[in-house]
Amino acid sequence: MTVDQLIDWFPISTTWPGLTFLLAVLICAVPVFLFIAVYALVVIYGELKISSFMQDKVGPMGQGVGLHAWRWGLLQPVADALKLILKEDIIPASADKKLFILAPFIVFIGAFIAFSALPFSQTLIIADMNIGVFYILAVSSLGVIGLIMAGWSSNNKWSLYGAMRSAAQIISYEIPAALSIIVVIMLTSTMSMQGIIQYQSGFIWGFLPNWLIFNNPFMFVAFFIFFISGVAECNRTPFDIPEAESELVAGAFTEYSGMRYAFFFLSEYANMFVVAGVAVTAFLGGWQSPIPGIFNSPAWGLWWFMSKTMFLIFVMIWFRWTFPRLRVDQLMSICWKGFTPIALMNIFCVGIWYLILG
Amino acid sequence: MGVVQGDQMVLNIGPQHPSTHGVLRLKVVTDGEIVSDITPIIGYLHRCFEKHCENSTYEQVIPYTDRCDYIASMNNNFGYVVAMEELMEIKVPERVEYIRVIMAELNRIASHLLALGTYGLDVGAFTPFLYMFRDRERILDIFELTCGARLLYNYMWIGGVSHDLPVGFVETVYNFLDYFEPKVQEYNDILTYNKIFVERTADVGVLLPEVAISFGVSGPNLRGSGVKWDIRKDEPYSIYERFDFDVPVGQGLVGTTGDCWDRFYVRVLEIIESTKVLRQALKDIPATGDVHQALPKKIRPPKGSIYRRTESPRGDLGYYIISDGSPQPYRVKMRSPAFTALSVLNEISRGWMLSDVIAVLGSLDIVLGEIDR
Repeated sequence: MTVDQLIDWFPISTTWPGLTFLLAVLICAVPVFLFIAVYALVVIYGELKISSFMQDKVGPMGQGVGLHAWRWGLLQPVADALKLILKEDIIPASADKKLFILAPFIVFIGAFIAFSALPFSQTLIIADMNIGVFYILAVSSLGVIGLIMAGWSSNNKWSLYGAMRSAAQIISYEIPAALSIIVVIMLTSTMSMQGIIQYQSGFIWGFLPNWLIFNNPFMFVAFFIFFISGVAECNRTPFDIPEAESELVAGAFTEYSGMRYAFFFLSEYANMFVVAGVAVTAFLGGWQSPIPGIFNSPAWGLWWFMSKTMFLIFVMIWFRWTFPRLRVDQLMSICWKGFTPIALMNIFCVGIWYLILG
Repeated sequence: MGVVQGDQMVLNIGPQHPSTHGVLRLKVVTDGEIVSDITPIIGYLHRCFEKHCENSTYEQVIPYTDRCDYIASMNNNFGYVVAMEELMEIKVPERVEYIRVIMAELNRIASHLLALGTYGLDVGAFTPFLYMFRDRERILDIFELTCGARLLYNYMWIGGVSHDLPVGFVETVYNFLDYFEPKVQEYNDILTYNKIFVERTADVGVLLPEVAISFGVSGPNLRGSGVKWDIRKDEPYSIYERFDFDVPVGQGLVGTTGDCWDRFYVRVLEIIESTKVLRQALKDIPATGDVHQALPKKIRPPKGSIYRRTESPRGDLGYYIISDGSPQPYRVKMRSPAFTALSVLNEISRGWMLSDVIAVLGSLDIVLGEIDR
């Protein structure tokens, strides 16, 4: 379902074009918002349980009374969300009030609007733009503006440190991420998300699905760089230096509480989904079945896309509960001295590979 | 448009901050991420330990020593009772000596586990912390079995210990050691040799041996700098000369000798050495004996003074006790190893980044209860 189809369905489209567009966009936006909220609850619960499993403890089990008393602690994230909603909304007296209020929404919008170009299945995509990949890369770095606003307006030294760190980090890691996506565009000669996935149908080397990650060894390097850069853009451990708890208390979010804090939290999880979704689309065949030819209906497509994305999110959670945190200068040197030159070389190598073998 | 300022910024880390290990406040002068000066401001946990002692009887001092270094209460008890017994010339039974060594070494393991785990937290690794706490719990269970308390034991008394060992204690500790010894490898796998952890700690906050000695740094922090100095070996007290164990020193395996990684790794090795001592002590401990036999009827040491130091998990723990012949001490002074360790912080982490200051502070393993007293 795309926005264009919706607009076509509306009978009033000729008389009130503006209204029709607004309606079509709202009809798309509400499910996406609900999806992010539900997905965040699921992943928060997953993170609680996975981390507990890794740390030799049981995690939420449903003790106590109230919402989280249900089986296996399944309602724990709901209770967490409810707690955040009911909390007092504190705005520090010395804060820049307008920016302080605006910041969480800008961070969230950056993650939210990227969903409109994610292909969930053959038919389920909000807008299959001909510059889909480019669009996602562009809007996903919008969040950094919100983070700087949050850090600056809080009028707190820790927040400022966190904001400056995250600005440097997110902008730096955009570059290797974009450079590794260029390789994909080179092979598929399209920037449309659906186009990239359609390229990856059938078999390669006789038995493997024709996913770009299996296409040639350099594609694996590109996937690796993209995924690690993506983790860094989400501010997840081992790259969580902007909110490094043991150093900066909570970084840019130090002064936030209640629902405003929850929005930062939500956008972190939404960003994880976007990064994993783009990685799946560009390198792991998107909604293509792992056994080409069968299970390829749109419903199965949704299943394959979600399961691949969730697997990558699981890997991010796995990282978080395994690794220590890097230092800010080490983070930068990995990006500028490691990933960026390798990604550039990678473009060259893929070109040579196709000149010789393609 | 305002004028661009190149001033330095003063940042207050603490007293309520996740990684100050208690209520320490660091006044940090920063230029961006680079730290140019650090002033530790202490006293938020000052409880007048030494003044309290002057108004208590000698045996009433022991619970106060518990509360100084609350991570290693047994070792604090141990230091005080060893000093008092030397002052009063009491000879304690064999069994009591063995019990004390077992307790002190168990507490050393527990204390080091906490130090290593929270150091992992300081550099951002959450999971090793819980692994180490899981195993520390078992030691606390053993303490609970013995004296009913899990944190503040008041277990070692002047001339003896408060309770005899419970039935099956030796087997319990053997079981614990069998379970625990392989776990050290697990810690090394998940944290010690982790590439990111090594990047964060190797070559950071190098404490040169001469600096360490001139600041009076002791214990694992001094040994991390490559100086072989352990009171248990060099000035043996109690029955430590009977046991065969090594004194591990930092060798700069992944960086410079005396860096944060060395201080960390020395603690890992000391855990292994403590298990060796424990196994020997469990083998040789007399099966029976009255642990209350040498308890003095009244504690009234002769006029005079004593300074005795022991090896606590944090270093040279010294007690200076002046007696005027009355049932109350005239003066009790505690020489706290964490205090000297904190004093070296500015010296070794100046010029590093903010994250490194946290890493260096964690590697010094301070306990604020002991610094402020």
